[in-house]
Amino acid sequence: MPINPKSKPFAPAKVASTAELADLQRAMWRVVSRPLTGGSRMQRRWTDGRPTSAVAGEIAKPNDRLTSFERLEIYNRMYWFRVLDSLYDDCPGLRAVLGDKRFIALAEAYLVKYPSGSFTLRNLPSRLAKFIREAPRHTKPHTALCHDLARFEWARVEVFDTAARPVFTMDDLLDVPAAKQGKLKLALQPYLQLLRLEYPVDDFILAVKQREAELLRGDASNAPSALRKLRERKTKLPRPARTHVAIHRLDGRIYFKKLEPAAYRILVALRAGKTLEQALVTGIPRAKQARADWAAKVQGWFRNWMELRWLCRR
Amino acid sequence: MPANPFNGYTDYGIGIGLRIPHYDHILERKPTVDWFEIISENFMVDGGRPLEVLDRILAQYRVVQHGVALYFGSADGPNKAHLKKLKALTKRTKTPWLSDHLCWGSADGTYSHDLLPMPYTKAAAKKTAANIRMVRDYLELPIAVENVSSYTEFHVSEMTEWEFLSEVVERADCGVLLDVNNIYVSSKNHGFNPYDYLDNVPHHRVAQMHIAGHTKFEKYILDTHDHPVLDPVWQLYAHAIRQCGVTATLLEWDDKIPSFDEVHNEALKANAFIAQARAAKIPAPKGRATAKR
Repeated sequence: MPINPKSKPFAPAKVASTAELADLQRAMWRVVSRPLTGGSRMQRRWTDGRPTSAVAGEIAKPNDRLTSFERLEIYNRMYWFRVLDSLYDDCPGLRAVLGDKRFIALAEAYLVKYPSGSFTLRNLPSRLAKFIREAPRHTKPHTALCHDLARFEWARVEVFDTAARPVFTMDDLLDVPAAKQGKLKLALQPYLQLLRLEYPVDDFILAVKQREAELLRGDASNAPSALRKLRERKTKLPRPARTHVAIHRLDGRIYFKKLEPAAYRILVALRAGKTLEQALVTGIPRAKQARADWAAKVQGWFRNWMELRWLCRR
Repeated sequence: MPANPFNGYTDYGIGIGLRIPHYDHILERKPTVDWFEIISENFMVDGGRPLEVLDRILAQYRVVQHGVALYFGSADGPNKAHLKKLKALTKRTKTPWLSDHLCWGSADGTYSHDLLPMPYTKAAAKKTAANIRMVRDYLELPIAVENVSSYTEFHVSEMTEWEFLSEVVERADCGVLLDVNNIYVSSKNHGFNPYDYLDNVPHHRVAQMHIAGHTKFEKYILDTHDHPVLDPVWQLYAHAIRQCGVTATLLEWDDKIPSFDEVHNEALKANAFIAQARAAKIPAPKGRATAKR
């Protein structure tokens, strides 16, 4: 189909300046980043109704084997395969809830609205939770669960390679006079992630991982019927239940730990810069239990947090 | 050339890419390897396992940084936050030179995570060279730019790919990371003679070479890095080291990664070609080698 003579040129006819280089790169990027068809091909029609081949023809030369359309389609497909694969790997929980087809549709809509703004694919899921809230149609009727999962899965990425600071030790504590320990400001490791969730997605993720491991083992075994049953058996979706979780790392591995609400509140207060005394006041509910019960419990938490190296020097 | 201003006057041998599936093998068995190439962006983080592993590797091995996201050819120019993180990493690794690709990959702050081809024009070469100089001056390291494999050509191009590469590196006064597999892939996709390419790049600027495997499709070849090096690429490599001298060489294997030993043994096949080139006693290429640090 001939190009409508009234159509504005899509790409510059020459690149004789940085501005024209920018125009050409912008034009190609629009083609490369446009979503694929359901059959994973480049869309035949451009956004204004022109054939995409006309748009591609302004940018790329054909050769003896491939048209301009086909040559740019290679990049279009590589782009989407790369970013979708990356999100697919980062979001096993979301995939388990939505199934592969709906997950891919969510991921594609997300990347159209929030294309990567970082030099690394690591950061690709950083705005996914926000998008799930903004566009609930992609996840309903499980939007709240998916929102929790997106937050949880992004937190795991953050835990993996965020900085660690020198650990706060018992010696550091003993250096502080007893009378001043209440005023002590303890810091938390920057990599430690604290989440307050509407669903117990930590348990769900573990169940998903376990199923994936069984499937992998099943693939390597000679029992096709057992494998088929395993594939058919989906991980049961969790019921709503307020959950507090810490995601942390120890010796290069990532762990989740459920927290009591009071422990969560104390940690959040410490992270906000409150003194130890203020954090305890914020965290512990008034007069529900005897003070002695709480003292033993809180001491146990702090001992455990120090063992897990969550506390660090300011 | 084995040691030149563009590779920090080093004489590295045959290296392989440091990849996650091999971490345990390398850290536990400490195999003898001339050097490792790391993908800079995988280690431009603030902590955690990536840096813990890197520090243990650095204690045992020589490491060279290779990037995939500087996008020297981007009209936007280098990203300052990226450069800051990259410089911190170069201080850690003490890389003698740093390489990235002759391509673009971002537009208006959005990233493709791909190595997109350049239009071969004077204006594009000028902008690319300016970007390279800016990066080099900020990082205070020799820079080598790698030719990419490509699947399309632009109407606006005014010259061949090797003329464009030469124009850029001469203007930037920087080195070349000659990817022999990429030359082969692009030659098949665009119908040029790969030996013309090799014969017409500034040999004295070649700081390093890459070899890799690729995948043939019906109408084009993809640079997949998931196979052993194919024979036509070895033949090109042999020609390249006769032209440029024996140069630091690295095997890239990034997908369907086999055992460490299989990857390393594939890389070491380069030794046979290096021996032939040394036996031929070809004089080193001459040129105006004045790279700045």
